[in-house]
Amino acid sequence: MSLRADLAAIAEAIAPDTRVLDIGCGDGALLANLRDTKQVDARGMEIDGTCVERCVAQGLSVVQGDANRDLADYPDKGFDYTVLSQTLQTATRPDLMLDQLLRVGRQAFVSFPNFAHWRTRSALMLGGRMPVTRAIPVSWYETPNIHHVTVKDFRELAREKGAKIEREWFFSGGKPVTGGTNWRAEFAVFQLSR
Amino acid sequence: MAGASRTLTLPNALPLDGGGELVDATLAFETYGELNEDRSNAILLCHALTGDQYVASPHPVTGKPGWWERMVGPGKPIDTNRYHVICANVIGSCMGSIGPASEASDGKPYAMRFPVITIRDMVRGLVALLDELEIETLHAVVGGSMGGMQALSLAANWPDRAARVLVIASTSRHSAQNIAFHELGRQAIMADPNWRQGDYYEAEDQPDAGLAVARMAAHITYLSEEALTEKFGRNLQDRDAKSFGFDADFQVESYLRYQGSGFTRRFDANSYLYITRAMDYFDLAEEHGGKLANAFAGTGARFCLVSFDSDWLYPTSESRHVVRALNAAGAAVSFVELSAPHGHDSFLLDVPALDRVVKGFIE
Repeated sequence: MSLRADLAAIAEAIAPDTRVLDIGCGDGALLANLRDTKQVDARGMEIDGTCVERCVAQGLSVVQGDANRDLADYPDKGFDYTVLSQTLQTATRPDLMLDQLLRVGRQAFVSFPNFAHWRTRSALMLGGRMPVTRAIPVSWYETPNIHHVTVKDFRELAREKGAKIEREWFFSGGKPVTGGTNWRAEFAVFQLSR
Repeated sequence: MAGASRTLTLPNALPLDGGGELVDATLAFETYGELNEDRSNAILLCHALTGDQYVASPHPVTGKPGWWERMVGPGKPIDTNRYHVICANVIGSCMGSIGPASEASDGKPYAMRFPVITIRDMVRGLVALLDELEIETLHAVVGGSMGGMQALSLAANWPDRAARVLVIASTSRHSAQNIAFHELGRQAIMADPNWRQGDYYEAEDQPDAGLAVARMAAHITYLSEEALTEKFGRNLQDRDAKSFGFDADFQVESYLRYQGSGFTRRFDANSYLYITRAMDYFDLAEEHGGKLANAFAGTGARFCLVSFDSDWLYPTSESRHVVRALNAAGAAVSFVELSAPHGHDSFLLDVPALDRVVKGFIE
């Protein structure tokens, strides 16, 4: 099974034989890939019980938990990498979650839908309504995304947190984007260290 | 399916946490499936408070099917075509392993002369059994409820003996409420005049009334309010109107009485005292300097904890407490809270999600 574009970029960047914690790991696609192709000691956290059950049934080590609360249980630098894919914008406090990511992992990967993508901007500007696009497909009243973020905002947050951006990737329609990324990227992935 | 019934007397005295030791301790156990050549496919199942070794074969007293037939057998989640499953009656119990009803060296039953034991003592007995069976490392140790406590104790105290540790609907310590319910049961037994300070084995009348009350009280804690309401509601038992007396007017009363009296036919009252005491004494953190994470420091085993949303006896928060400690210790741990309506007893009942989790984790 092929990985979603942001996960494929993360999987490619992760070194073999390392320890990885995937926060909000869903059905465990990234974890299974890392375990099977890079001999990674892959662990996950996921809030949805059905997803966790599916992960455990594949032999993955996944804990049902709420990243807003339960990341605090992990020791400092217990992992080589932490991964937060398309979950930051659902966090109660994305800034505090970024702190936890960088505390628990030596490096952190964060991917998110870019709210400044031109489709989102035009939906709001021209339509006058909260955008519903292929990147953020759920209506305002039922979306789990409570903290929309743009590429610019994230760079600013990383700077404030003293996090160094090691690498970055941008995608639109599953294809890489270069240049004008705050306009053109539907999704962004950052690799950070501190 | 047929299990292989065996008994084995431990060659060495078994030291106990309370001081003292058990000499010539006999353990009765069942095995299912073949042990492979390199002795690496053994799974130790640990039974609950009133459970026994008859996991997947008929109970010799009641004739009822084994207590985990739905989970253990050929092609089942714990597949006996692939794994050699061992389940031993714990020490202190009454289905063939040494306990208060066993003969002491003077030829009389131990009764209350039996030493007070702990969960770790039970596990020490199981580890001694594994030594005798020449099984160095278990593929997995698996247990629900008190069985889960044993699995955790084995992982903490004999960390090299199991590669996988599966703990279902259990806890790392007995709460005040857990102890309170057990004390209620013990007092019911000890208040029965037929209990005779534990020396009832020769007597005609047994402390059945007390033991039945203990079982009735405990049985309520194994179910959820939702399950009781669903099953019985306020329905009357074999009558159209209330009797204005103290017969079992309600179905739920009749059910509890049936559970209580059925239990007395297969369980020893003194064993109930000793095993509940062992559970009440259980506090894995206390054994390890007050910090649960210490209990699992450096463990190489993979862990899986499962709780049920309707279990108020060992609620999800207890499993989370263990998971937190395992995470702090850097252990490989999975945890899931499954949705099931049956309360604590969910681990024994039809919960397909549990089957999938058990199968996935064991493989």
